[in-house]
Amino acid sequence: MENLVYIALFAPLVGSLFAALFGMQKKNAITGIVTSMLLFISFVASAILFNHVMTVGPVHVRMMDWIMAGDMLIPFGFLVDQVSVTMMTVVTLVSTVVHIYSNGYMDHDKSFNRFFSYLSAFVFSMMVLVMSDNFLGLFIGWEGVGVCSWLLIGFWYHKEDVSREVNPSISPSWAANEAFIMNRIADLGMLIGIFILYWNIGSLQYDVVFAALPNLSDGILVAAAVALFIGAMGKSAQFPLHTWLTDAMEGPTPVSALIHAATMVTAGVFLVIRANPLYSMEAVHWVSYFIASLGTFVAIFAASMALVNRDLKRIIAFSTLSQLGYMFAAAGLGAYWIALFHLAAHAFFKALLFLGAGNVMHAMDGELDIFKMGGLKKVMRWTYLYMGLASLALSGIGIAGIGFAGYFSKDAIIETAFNEHTYILWVILVVTAGLTAFYSFRQVFLTFHGNERYHEIGAHPHEMYTYVLIGMSPLAILAVIAGFFQDWFEHFVTALLPEYHMSEHTHHLSWILGLIVIAFAVGGIVLAYVKYNRGLKRNEKLEHSFVYKLLANQYYIPILYEKIFSQPYAALSKFSWAVLDQKVVDATVDGIGHIIKSTGDNTRKIQTGNLSDYLRWMAGGALLLVVIAFVAFKLSQGAN
Amino acid sequence: MITIAFYFFAVLITLLFLVTVMSKNVLYAMTSLAAGMVLISGLFFILGADFLGVVQLIVYVGAVMALYSFAMMFFDVNKDVKEKNGSAATVFLLGGAIALMLVLVFSAPMIGQGAASLYPQVAGATNPQAVGLVLFTKYLVPFEVAAVMLLVAMIAGIILAGKKMDLSLSTTEEEILDETQGGDK
Amino acid sequence: MIGLSHYLILSGILFSIGLIGVLRRKNLLMLFFATEIMLNAANIAFAAISSHYHDMAGQMFAFFVIAVAASEVAVGLGLLVILYKKYGTLDLDMYTVMRG
Repeated sequence: MENLVYIALFAPLVGSLFAALFGMQKKNAITGIVTSMLLFISFVASAILFNHVMTVGPVHVRMMDWIMAGDMLIPFGFLVDQVSVTMMTVVTLVSTVVHIYSNGYMDHDKSFNRFFSYLSAFVFSMMVLVMSDNFLGLFIGWEGVGVCSWLLIGFWYHKEDVSREVNPSISPSWAANEAFIMNRIADLGMLIGIFILYWNIGSLQYDVVFAALPNLSDGILVAAAVALFIGAMGKSAQFPLHTWLTDAMEGPTPVSALIHAATMVTAGVFLVIRANPLYSMEAVHWVSYFIASLGTFVAIFAASMALVNRDLKRIIAFSTLSQLGYMFAAAGLGAYWIALFHLAAHAFFKALLFLGAGNVMHAMDGELDIFKMGGLKKVMRWTYLYMGLASLALSGIGIAGIGFAGYFSKDAIIETAFNEHTYILWVILVVTAGLTAFYSFRQVFLTFHGNERYHEIGAHPHEMYTYVLIGMSPLAILAVIAGFFQDWFEHFVTALLPEYHMSEHTHHLSWILGLIVIAFAVGGIVLAYVKYNRGLKRNEKLEHSFVYKLLANQYYIPILYEKIFSQPYAALSKFSWAVLDQKVVDATVDGIGHIIKSTGDNTRKIQTGNLSDYLRWMAGGALLLVVIAFVAFKLSQGAN
Repeated sequence: MITIAFYFFAVLITLLFLVTVMSKNVLYAMTSLAAGMVLISGLFFILGADFLGVVQLIVYVGAVMALYSFAMMFFDVNKDVKEKNGSAATVFLLGGAIALMLVLVFSAPMIGQGAASLYPQVAGATNPQAVGLVLFTKYLVPFEVAAVMLLVAMIAGIILAGKKMDLSLSTTEEEILDETQGGDK
Repeated sequence: MIGLSHYLILSGILFSIGLIGVLRRKNLLMLFFATEIMLNAANIAFAAISSHYHDMAGQMFAFFVIAVAASEVAVGLGLLVILYKKYGTLDLDMYTVMRG
């Protein structure tokens, strides 16, 4: 089993390094094939490990001692238990599909090989993140995925910056930097959390840390929980660190599907789930409640912005944000297995949605404005089917125990909110479910139904390559059927995660609760159908209303951030450059140079070229030496 | 007796060397230098370094002084040397200070009193014998090297001084000399 | 009684006289003379120490100093001849081509 762990972990790294060999060359189909194959191998290994964990139990390998300094001992170990093996399987499965997809999607890109190198490196980092058996290894993976995310968002770094009105993300390189910097801010919090744990416990191994938690004082527990959650907020793009995720859509679509929907952004949820012993502590219950509240807030906050957005990928990005909010709500309320379940289900249908959006984008020559599409179902039947399925899954359609993946996972979260008597959260989550259904199908209808507006921009849509569509099918199947594994999954992960059961009261009411959610979801879909099925009818009055503008501009938060943080910081930097650097630092350095130069200028008179003068200097020096020796000798004698 | 001899030699040597250093006339300077060297060999005899004293006489007073006198004739400096001695005060101050320091250092109590001798004089041997014993055993290699060095110095001296000996100094212009030297390379 | 210190002090004084000569004189030939004085001063010290410790090493050094001095004179005078041919003088103040 140990070898399988290493195969699952290092196969993506091998693929990445292999692709990197061809990094600067022009497209070489073999890099795509080899990395996809290696990812598939990694997936198979993860699947076997999944089976092993299910039948036998967790695998814990210790590869080597990593940091040994004094009392500090941090081994480089990997833990494959119920939680990490779930993540591994999800990550490798989605990655494999995305790799296969990218073979088609990136077909015409000149940096084809580089792309695969980055993508596989990302998968490797993600595997380190989920498989590590200690917080520091997790942090390494955490930073690794951050770097890969940066590389991939800025993959088309050569694009010029444009104004915010033209493209809200300004440029790929700008978006990449935004994502990276925002994550740095959050990572500082995470690092502090890790430090707090290490100082107070003396170890970073999960098992040691969790065993020692009851001995810690409340203040320390709260501090560690808050600090770690700040890290999770950054990676999972929770408010107020959420702006980077939509801008990250500047990256190639497979990247959005893999990193910014299915895997990396869920790392924050994973962290909270992983650290569930900490977040379940009585002392930190209000932190957990805050997590749930923030998650709920982000769910509706992001969904509201998705309502009016016109950019295909951004809508899905907001939807991702919203669904991450759901996950945090579940994790904050103590239903860790439900959060993990939604994480996995979401990974499938959201990746599918993104890949479908990628197909559309590919078909429309990079056009993403859904107002300029319409009627695409005729030419893109399979993509239509996939995106329709994914949207149904996202909306949580289903009834009486039969439904799409999202029906099971999201309903469970909403039910949890009711069960915890947090009715406000429950109401918000139900409303959000309706909004989710509306914006998902607004997008589907605007893209695939109605009049064919794409003729106006002269696009000639065409279906994606067949092998790509076949490659996407596993996700489609899982988006449909993943929900049926709910009970089985619960049984599997609650071996490690705390069990969570609905109370009797909730249980009795669950069919009503389910009906309410379904009513909202169907209501959303119907509304979208009524409004958009016939084609786009723009409502000028609505589009100029304050609320619409507020939502379309993301509540003006990016602009606010720019005004509050970026511009003062730029001013400060300019000040530092003009005053501190040029007038203080440079002046000091120049001054030293001037002193030396003037010393040289003044002392060059010594260099008369006359031997006599040199001899005099020499004699003077000799005299000085003798005097020093004599005085020193006398002093040393006096000291004795 | 030895005390008288020491002071006699010491005072005379000092005076003679002062003449050497101060005299404007090269001939005087050289003569006093030679005389001083002779007297130094006297000191060596007092110290029991008979062989060294003889070598001093032969090498310095004989060979070196002869070389200098030839050089003096060659350079035709048997006339008062015109020198600009700019800051005499500096020179004497420096020299005096160093002399003072050396005197201070040397008059200080010896701290290496118990130093063991590396090559003790063989009992009963005369000084030349003793010198020979050490020189041809412990210092054989340096001795041979010194011999080679002297040979090298001789050849160097001949080559350096012997170049263009056929050219008359009084009639040659500096440019021509430069030219011929350049062409010689 | 004449001790080691007497010789050493004499040697120091002679050395200083030589030094003054080196510093003061501008004629290269005179510089050579002064150098000889300094070497001889050192020789006196060597011989005195040798005698004081009954050790031949000092005298050996004095021999080698004499050998070096002889070589120096031979090479040095050769160089002086060349200098004299080139500049027509032995005055140090005339050789300031290395002025910085």
